[in-house]
Amino acid sequence: MRLSDLGPGAIGTIVRLYGDGPLVQRLMELGAVAGTEVRVVRFAPLGDPMEIELHNYRLSIRRSEASAVEVAV
Amino acid sequence: MSVRGPVRRVAIIGNPNTGKSSIFNSLTGLSQRVGNYPGVTVEKKTGTLTPEIELIDLPGMYSLAAHSLDELLAARVLLGDHDGEPRPDLVVVIADATNLQRNLYLVTQVIEVGLPTILVLNMIDVAERAGISVNTRALSRLIGVPVIPTVAHRRLGVAELRAAILASVGTAAPAPRWEMPEAIRSELAKLEERFDRTGFLMARALIDEGGPAEALLARSLDGVFRSALADSRARIRESGMAPAALEAEARHRWIAGAVATTVRRRESRGRITDRIDNVLVHRFFGLPIFLIVMSAVFISIFMWAVPFMDLIGGGFDFLGESARRLFAGTSLQGGALESLIVDGAVAGVGGVLVFLPQIVILFFFIAILDDCGYMARAAFIMDRIFRSVGLSGMSFIPLLSSFACAVPGILATRTIGNTRERITTILIAPFMSCSARIPVYSLMIAAFIPARMIAGFLPVQGLVFVSMYFVGILAAIPVALLVRRTLLRGPRSTFLMELPPYKVPNPRSVFLRIVDRSRTFVRQAGTIIFAMSIIVWALGYFPRSPEVAATYDRMRSEAAGELSGATLDDRLASIDKEEAGAYVRGSALGRMGRAIEPLVRPLGWDWKIGMATIASFPAREVIVSTLNIIYDLGKETDERTGREALIGKLMSARWPDGGHVFTIPVAFSIMVFFALCCQCGATLAAIKRETNSWRWPAFTFLYMTVLAYLGAFATYRIGSAVLG
Repeated sequence: MRLSDLGPGAIGTIVRLYGDGPLVQRLMELGAVAGTEVRVVRFAPLGDPMEIELHNYRLSIRRSEASAVEVAV
Repeated sequence: MSVRGPVRRVAIIGNPNTGKSSIFNSLTGLSQRVGNYPGVTVEKKTGTLTPEIELIDLPGMYSLAAHSLDELLAARVLLGDHDGEPRPDLVVVIADATNLQRNLYLVTQVIEVGLPTILVLNMIDVAERAGISVNTRALSRLIGVPVIPTVAHRRLGVAELRAAILASVGTAAPAPRWEMPEAIRSELAKLEERFDRTGFLMARALIDEGGPAEALLARSLDGVFRSALADSRARIRESGMAPAALEAEARHRWIAGAVATTVRRRESRGRITDRIDNVLVHRFFGLPIFLIVMSAVFISIFMWAVPFMDLIGGGFDFLGESARRLFAGTSLQGGALESLIVDGAVAGVGGVLVFLPQIVILFFFIAILDDCGYMARAAFIMDRIFRSVGLSGMSFIPLLSSFACAVPGILATRTIGNTRERITTILIAPFMSCSARIPVYSLMIAAFIPARMIAGFLPVQGLVFVSMYFVGILAAIPVALLVRRTLLRGPRSTFLMELPPYKVPNPRSVFLRIVDRSRTFVRQAGTIIFAMSIIVWALGYFPRSPEVAATYDRMRSEAAGELSGATLDDRLASIDKEEAGAYVRGSALGRMGRAIEPLVRPLGWDWKIGMATIASFPAREVIVSTLNIIYDLGKETDERTGREALIGKLMSARWPDGGHVFTIPVAFSIMVFFALCCQCGATLAAIKRETNSWRWPAFTFLYMTVLAYLGAFATYRIGSAVLG
């Protein structure tokens, strides 16, 4: 399942990230590596981007970007 | 060692939102200076700790794996690889104590650079309230550098940090406790041996594929370097992971171990931030609240600034009059020097400073909203809209600022990481109706738009005023779309942005930010506007034909013969104004106006409007004072009677065939032209500075002028057809 498929409040554990461009590298630097728990906090009023929580902080990420993250619920 | 300036240099680095600026501010106070790194548009902020120690505030960043200009620059400053500056003697890394897992990522990278390092755990109070306690002594032992806990905004721990800096400057660098994964290390060793370059840059070149470190080394190393890098990466990839992923995972795994042994966490209650965001970013109310906040900011900028602007304007009028009085009775009275000082210099400086109240109020709001955390939410809310024109939520603040003045708006684009999006934002920023357009709009509206109501409550004048703002916004949308698809085509940027917890704004940071931005505005916009005001003054003053002087002197002596007392004074005053008008009409500027008349004729304009438009190049609002002089009104000091007199003149101005020059379509055509044009020397200079080339300001001026011309033409034609 992809991170972009989760709804508000859902919690998942990162399994892997697809691709190896700057987006994925930046995500990993920010702590989104395999084994990390992420929670979807909310979606922006216009439906995109989404707010996620990981390592006790909040990150805004577009749904298209979140689809690079495979999670297990 | 350089002779001037401090001997020791300390670099401050850290993630965004860690209170890095607060720490820097409390260490340096008002000794700080803001400049630019030569050749790049990254802000260089420095200050002094002691006369011997200089602090350098590096841009906020998450990783030294340089993705952006900011990050590359920070890495190069740390390496002593930038512009001949020596390596810093010490690095202070600021980390957010509530979030060590993410912050220690940069910390471990900085330690690898090989400089003495101090780790600051800021916001230790917030961490404690959230149930997080850090064993700083254990952490210090584990990562091998001194650890200082601080609460920067209350200045707690700042004295200890100061002492630690003084104690650590000049000591040996710590040995990194973390090592790259074996697969990377062995490839790195091969590359280092083959190309005779060791250390950090080579590691970044290997790991960050297509990144700036690779480009930098490739420039100085021979052609096989890139293929050697590719081979090394391919061998690392055989382990199943790309080099960057391998590094990030291994580093985070090590950090997770360090955090597990040094940080204790108690169950914490629901966060205040969540409760605030449940309202401010609410699915239905989020957008309306956002619109209300922004309108409130907007309206207060204009309402609060007016008395101060009047005060400054009045002050400069008084200064000009005083200067004139000094000349009165001397042999220089009415001469070029008097005019240069009064109409050129004083008016030029006044024309800059009159915008200062708006800039100060704008940055007051931006600093508060940013410091408390709402600006990140604004970008979060707006991202969807900006994405549809090829930008991101990061463009929101620059464009909002541009409604006060495009110059600080263009400066604010530095936070946009993606260069193409940044330049696109710069190109459309001048479309946001800035405060210099208001005098143009309000003159035309007061003169030609009836003060009536539609449906009993909607004032027509107000609607026209607001619609001018929409003209600019509506033009910006297709331009951004087009530019992102042609000139600046490229991959969409990412929108990974931290949403920091809300906090009470720190008055000290807010104050310093306002001072800093205002200083930048006065220095950068000020010098340009001032210089151009002098040039335009000279164009409007010279050449002075002796025939004009003779004609009006004759009129003066005739008047003196026929009249006396108050009537004579009135007559002489009006002769003075007519003479000033005659001089301007015969000046270089007047000739330029006549020369371009065929060009502006299709817009419904006469040569006087054309000339006033040329004269308004330093700053748009100058058109009003130029129209005053052209229409023989001289320099009216009283604003209200001055404007009424000008409106009267405009309404009675006629073509040689007897028709009115100014009609409603002409008024609209002038307003639309000014809404869309880039008649602003300061904006063009800011674009030049921020893009490091004359190409972009030239392009901006040309395309906006063409668009303004077409817009004004269409407005005039359609207006004439509709109104018969």
